[in-house]
Amino acid sequence: MSNLDKNPVQSPAAAVTHPLVKGTVEPGCAKVDPIVIADHVTRQFGGLKAVDVDHLEIPRGQITALIGPNGAGKTTMFNLLTGFDKPNTGTWEFDGKSLAGVPAFKVARSGMVRTFQLTKSLGRLSVLQNMLLGATGQRGEGLFSSLVKPLWRRQEEENTVRADELLARFKLDAKREDYAASLSGGQRKLLEMARALMSKPELIMLDEPMAGVNPALTQSLLGHIKNLKADGTSVLFVEHDMHMVMHISDWVIVMAEGRVVAEGPPETVMKDPAVIDAYLGAHHDTDLGDLMDDGPNPVEVALEAERKAHDAHSEEK
Amino acid sequence: MDWGNIFGNAIGEIISPTTAAYALAAIGLGVHFGYTGLLNFGQAAFLLIGAYAFAIPTLAGAPIIVAVLSAIICSVIFAFILGIPTLRLRADYLAIVTIASAEVVRYVVTTTGLTDFTGAANGLSGFKGTFAAINPIPEGRYGFGPFMYNEYDWWVRIVGWTLVVLASVLVFLLMRSPWGRVVKGIREDEDAVRSLGKNVYSYKMQSLVIGGVMGSVAGIIFILPRAVQPANYTTGLTFFIWTIMLLGGAATIFGPIVGAMIFWVVLSLTQGILYGAIESGALGFMTTTQAGQVRFILVGVALMLLVIFRPQGIFGNKKELSFSV
Repeated sequence: MSNLDKNPVQSPAAAVTHPLVKGTVEPGCAKVDPIVIADHVTRQFGGLKAVDVDHLEIPRGQITALIGPNGAGKTTMFNLLTGFDKPNTGTWEFDGKSLAGVPAFKVARSGMVRTFQLTKSLGRLSVLQNMLLGATGQRGEGLFSSLVKPLWRRQEEENTVRADELLARFKLDAKREDYAASLSGGQRKLLEMARALMSKPELIMLDEPMAGVNPALTQSLLGHIKNLKADGTSVLFVEHDMHMVMHISDWVIVMAEGRVVAEGPPETVMKDPAVIDAYLGAHHDTDLGDLMDDGPNPVEVALEAERKAHDAHSEEK
Repeated sequence: MDWGNIFGNAIGEIISPTTAAYALAAIGLGVHFGYTGLLNFGQAAFLLIGAYAFAIPTLAGAPIIVAVLSAIICSVIFAFILGIPTLRLRADYLAIVTIASAEVVRYVVTTTGLTDFTGAANGLSGFKGTFAAINPIPEGRYGFGPFMYNEYDWWVRIVGWTLVVLASVLVFLLMRSPWGRVVKGIREDEDAVRSLGKNVYSYKMQSLVIGGVMGSVAGIIFILPRAVQPANYTTGLTFFIWTIMLLGGAATIFGPIVGAMIFWVVLSLTQGILYGAIESGALGFMTTTQAGQVRFILVGVALMLLVIFRPQGIFGNKKELSFSV
């Protein structure tokens, strides 16, 4: 949807609409075609309410960014939605199926596959074995059928072909037989994403896919995420780096202190006072320095200079 | 010193039923720890359960097939009792629970209140009849050199090593399959495997049961040449099995077998040499009882050296362990 980039003119008086949204754009607004709908999800750690989301919908077939300052509850929300953590209250459905209280492996089987902030590559398995583990519905994974190779040989070959295609796409084919532990941090991120794709997910949830990845690989990761959307996969990702979010997301959801404080297309949501407040007012998170539009901001200037230096540097390469 | 006798005894350990039993128990532990990453520090409990669950029905007059099934079923139940509360938790909890429950079952069979069933501290004997009765080998002594045994001893060795081979083939078939890939993935990072749609809990339970049944069958082989003695099933036994598994290589097919052979050959050699030296007066300051303990001190030192200098074991892949896990 290229028209997402042209945002409706924002005037404080008029209710803002958007092609993805049913009704007006506001925190917790209903989407035209949601893939995930969550209601009243709360998660309490002692006295701290880490997540307290009244209503949240994630649009289908789009790249949605979940942003927010440190401690906003983004990863906790991720863990809750994917069954890795249990909420105190709340229900949510994925593709019309309720997933509340469903264990993590069943969530993954239903087509909602996640990656982790700290990459979880399986170090002492080869890259190819990592990939094959991602395939679903394998007959050879049953205890008794695993003993009889003819039962699963054909399926294993098909999965290997698919794994090789994905490895080639993520430029990991040269590493096929290496132990995953020998990959660099960025390559592990790629492997984790490729592995998640082995199951042909409807929705892929990436927890900080760009964290700790060098700029060159970041570009390639961004490209892969855009390709996912082109292939019809919905993407939800958590990210700190605002440049990334601006470049690739169709929709941005902002969390702060466990709540959804704003959402909207990337250009407008960055100007939302609630977002600026969440980032700068309460936490002084310098990452969002370029959100300040009025006048040169020292942080912004510094960041911009750094980014230019970075770009120049990577172009030289 | 009678070197011929010392070496003869040591060589004999290579195919002894005790070696077979330890190898089988180590293969089971390899499934737990080497492949699935389950820290089972209670493998001795599976051997104990195999031994008692075989001996008690046999002494009560049950045919051998019933006694063997009883050993297998009891070990499966025990694996579930261990696994249901702990396999959802972090790996360390299983280690604590297994080491404690191994002691619990040992104390249970030793209680005088159960003397009629378990013989308490005296253990059980006189259960070899049903196994000897199905021996197809005619009476007599067979073999050559150090391998001269009567028909019963050969029968125990043949059955024991056949079971070791069968268990190794089973592990080989399992671990080359996608099932093996899942459990190896669990060893590396169970959350990652969970996020890929695998029921981690179920796989861990399957692995615990498979390795536990191997341990309990090992327990049967272990008692066939001797009596059931509760004192044999201390945590020491568990750690010997760990030594054997690490010596050979934790996630290898031949590791546990060769590890068990080396372990027992070395124990026998050191015993022979130490006893010989004491008898000839060369080690006058030590008694033979003390020498028996010294052997195990040497085992401990060997295990430490092994873990420090060759952590992957004899058959292990150096590359696999060169990454910090």
